[in-house]
Amino acid sequence: MESPTRFEALAEDALLLRFGDRIDIELNARVQAAAARLRRLPRVECVPAYASVLLRFDPRDWPGDGGPHRQLQAAAGAALAEAGDAVAAARELVIPVCYGGEYGPDLAEVAACCGLDEAAVSALHAAADYRVAMLGFAPGFPYLLGLDPRLVVPRRSDPRQRVSAGSVAIGGSQTGIYPEALPGGWQVIGRTPLRLFDLAAETPALLAAGDRVRFRAIDADAFRQLAARPG
Amino acid sequence: MSVTVIRPGLLSSLQDAGRPGHAALGVGRAGAMDLPAWQLANALVGNRRGEAALECTLAGPGLRFGQAAVIALTGAAIAARVGSQAIPPWTTCLLPAGSVLQLGGMSRGCRSYLAVRGGFDVPPLLGSRSSDLHARIGRALQAGDVLPVGAAAPLRALPARQNVRVLGWGPDPQPWFDFARRPLALLHGSHWAALDSASQRQLYGGHFTLSKDSNRTASRLDGHALHLAEPLELVSEAVLPGTLQLPPSGQPIVLQAEAPVTGGYPRIGQLAAVDLPRLAQLRPGDTVCFRETGMDEALARLAAHRQRLTRMLDAIAQRLETGA
Repeated sequence: MESPTRFEALAEDALLLRFGDRIDIELNARVQAAAARLRRLPRVECVPAYASVLLRFDPRDWPGDGGPHRQLQAAAGAALAEAGDAVAAARELVIPVCYGGEYGPDLAEVAACCGLDEAAVSALHAAADYRVAMLGFAPGFPYLLGLDPRLVVPRRSDPRQRVSAGSVAIGGSQTGIYPEALPGGWQVIGRTPLRLFDLAAETPALLAAGDRVRFRAIDADAFRQLAARPG
Repeated sequence: MSVTVIRPGLLSSLQDAGRPGHAALGVGRAGAMDLPAWQLANALVGNRRGEAALECTLAGPGLRFGQAAVIALTGAAIAARVGSQAIPPWTTCLLPAGSVLQLGGMSRGCRSYLAVRGGFDVPPLLGSRSSDLHARIGRALQAGDVLPVGAAAPLRALPARQNVRVLGWGPDPQPWFDFARRPLALLHGSHWAALDSASQRQLYGGHFTLSKDSNRTASRLDGHALHLAEPLELVSEAVLPGTLQLPPSGQPIVLQAEAPVTGGYPRIGQLAAVDLPRLAQLRPGDTVCFRETGMDEALARLAAHRQRLTRMLDAIAQRLETGA
């Protein structure tokens, strides 16, 4: 089992476990595996990111010598060292995406930037196997790792005031999906009719850190049909 | 029972203790910016279940009460009246049915809390009635909003009458609402050592001014720009309320209740938890300065603060109970 390279007491109620210092799909897979074990700690909130896991706790739950951070660090170390495969197989989700046109206003620019045509950009984007590194920026916004290196493009020089809900976008070496209409600077290449975040749902976020994601290209008719379906 | 918003004030929103536990979904805690003031307001009306109260910012709203209501105001010193009668803060008041409560400006502080007995009973989302304006969960009050109020037994200490009644006792707000310009205690952050030495001195010795761009997401600090000795390549990781970040402008930002759950700027400090409400009560233009603290001192202050607050809440509950 991967051990953290560093424990850091961030706040009275927060301990950060660092596993590395880069954005990397293999490193993040180890972070997710560690997070799955750390979630067993009672009354501790576990927040995975690219290369770290934050633990939030009530210091009153961790009395003892050396203070609550040292106590929790020992418990976290023990949880990570436990034998056995704690990690359930990652979920796999397929996200339908209509690339280009009104749904992907930056597809042409991305294609030009990559020296490819629009169809090739869509095909490469839909062919890759992605992992959700973390949710952040907005409720339910997934940062996906696994983008084909040929599709790495800089963010827009003038961020949009409003990116439509469901927009599938590229920002540097990452791709993501806007759960709702938000300001944003990533290059929008398509849109999914799926709802990524729904407060009324039992599980509000469609995706979770650690999930495997693939995109499936659909046409505008299929988009409209799926978008019209309730739920 | 319900309360109708006649005018919304500058920025008024329903807040409770927030929705901790959902950061992995990208949902932050939100909740009251000054949690002790929110707790004390609830205590003064006999609410004990973390009911939602109204957080007002700099200038309060106008509210019409459909039925008689027991209310309390805490936090910033806010002008409040019903008709010609002034409503004092930090005590329990009974308003008769049909009262129009006019909340005005704040002579000191930035955020005041209006609790009503029974609590504002909007539907909870992920276990909380807090509006998270940054995450677009809930929203600020608008004129015409009707806020439902939960049912509650009458308060023995203040039976309903035809006129406004004021209980006339309450906690001393001083320990919780301290306007002295004592520096805020700041822990070193992960990237503190990456600041150049002049910036390290400036952070703990210099003065900053609270920017008018501050909000429930962040308190932005104007002043001498801070710089790293060498640029850092950072990957985003979890951030918290109280995290002091250094964006490229060099003007530090203290994340607040509606902090995003992750961030990628250098993390140069972490405000001691007990000083976060003090920062929340500063107004744009106010001076902010920091002193160094360590984790042991921060934990000891937090434990002492919780003990004092618990004693205070218990004393209020007991006094309301006995009707003394």
